[in-house]
Amino acid sequence: MRGSGPESDIVISSRIRLARNLAEFPFIRRCTPQDRKSIEKMVHDRLQVIPGFNTLYYLRVDELAHVDRQFLTERQLISREHAEAEGARSVAIDNDERLSVMINEEDHLRIQVMKSGLDLHSAWDQINEVDDQLESKLSYAFHERLGYLTACPTNVGTGMRVSVMLHLPALVITNQIEKVFRSLQKINLAVRGLYGEGSQAMGDFYQISNQITLGKSEEELIGQVSGVVPMIIEYERKARDFLITQNREDLHDKISRAYGILCTAQTISSEETMHLLSSVRMGVNLGLIDDLAISDINKLFVETQPAHLQKLRGNELDTAGRNIERALYLRRYLQDRGKEHRDERN
Amino acid sequence: MKCQQCEKPATFHITELTGEKPHELHLCEQCAQSYLTQNPSGGMPIQPSLAGMLHHQLKVADTAKELAKLDEQVCPICGISFYEFRNQGRLGCPHDYTCFGSELDPLIVNIHGDTQHAGKHPKHHQQSSQDQTRLIQLHNDMKAAVEKEDYERASQIRDEIRKIEEGQS
Repeated sequence: MRGSGPESDIVISSRIRLARNLAEFPFIRRCTPQDRKSIEKMVHDRLQVIPGFNTLYYLRVDELAHVDRQFLTERQLISREHAEAEGARSVAIDNDERLSVMINEEDHLRIQVMKSGLDLHSAWDQINEVDDQLESKLSYAFHERLGYLTACPTNVGTGMRVSVMLHLPALVITNQIEKVFRSLQKINLAVRGLYGEGSQAMGDFYQISNQITLGKSEEELIGQVSGVVPMIIEYERKARDFLITQNREDLHDKISRAYGILCTAQTISSEETMHLLSSVRMGVNLGLIDDLAISDINKLFVETQPAHLQKLRGNELDTAGRNIERALYLRRYLQDRGKEHRDERN
Repeated sequence: MKCQQCEKPATFHITELTGEKPHELHLCEQCAQSYLTQNPSGGMPIQPSLAGMLHHQLKVADTAKELAKLDEQVCPICGISFYEFRNQGRLGCPHDYTCFGSELDPLIVNIHGDTQHAGKHPKHHQQSSQDQTRLIQLHNDMKAAVEKEDYERASQIRDEIRKIEEGQS
């Protein structure tokens, strides 16, 4: 979410995750609490002896406070399921928060690498290397014909999910987004909202990922996703061009109003914030707002989420309190950035 | 009965009469609501859940009696029954892929359109499926030996595990 990397005006992030299980234990569902502890300890101990892995932050998720688990979820370092599960479980995270290894999620190991912008090939190089290193110290459940064995048959084979998060506001405004969904489904790609499975698309963010994991190599699966993304980018850019040439005033008005509300609101929900930030983000890309950079908007998307606000404030807040805190944070941030930009220009 | 889309109890039982044959759906309140309010002209349709897919596949393939018999099958390694897998959509251990193979393979073809892995292979500890099953069994035996305070047996088992892990079996 750094707002850098190829195509970062439309592509927020590229992510690859690998599901792996240890050969000597049952899958998580059938693990006893003792098994879960043994897996957790075994993976932790082995991570310590892999060069470069002993510097990872290692957090026992089951020992964290609710707000801290939520914080990690908001930063996409652990899944919602991992945050809410029970029993011994942990996560290892690298310094720049690009790599995370979840231990005892649905599978014993869920390795994930995230990059800013459209950068699947370098994400694959990194995760492949991490996987090889882990596998040199752990024995994975692997079947000669079926590949890496996973708790759910939807992940068997490569155990790999390749996903790209896209910001597609113009396709939403021009009602063309459904056409994109339908064509993606025809080629076996799944489309989901911001926080993955089952979640609604908020702020016009959509995640595109491979549905099949067996029968194709990792490179082929990456090729399929990275081949289709430029077409969607092109489609979104055309829709933006159409909006700005056909309806510049209306578009500019919508974006300026959104920016105005964010700068002045006294209380604001998470959902409204996402919605308005989405308009402002498009405004920055189209040059209709010049006080802000894309990295500012991406930062605001992350930091106005519930756990982030509570961490910032240093105490727990109920919904009403969070809405006030969110509005205050937005007002201060946008005023400061706006002032800095104006000073730079003068 | 559990919801075909998630883990919650199914409280809505919907029979769709739009296709050639009636199609039954068992959903919790939340999934039923999103199913019933989804845009019929497109939008984001609910992906059929694994349990739903299996339910459909088995209904087509087997009589109720055969299905009941199948449901009673239990994996000797992890103890999960086919019924549990069918309901939860999650397997109990790597051996289930062999144990429930004849039912799982059609499901895997349904999901992936293939049953042959074409990706990377582990470079280091590549054990046969039998060795992997044996490892789970040995770990269970070791737990039992430790519980019985039979430490001599536990250390024998540990040596056996090490041999398999180091590829010397």
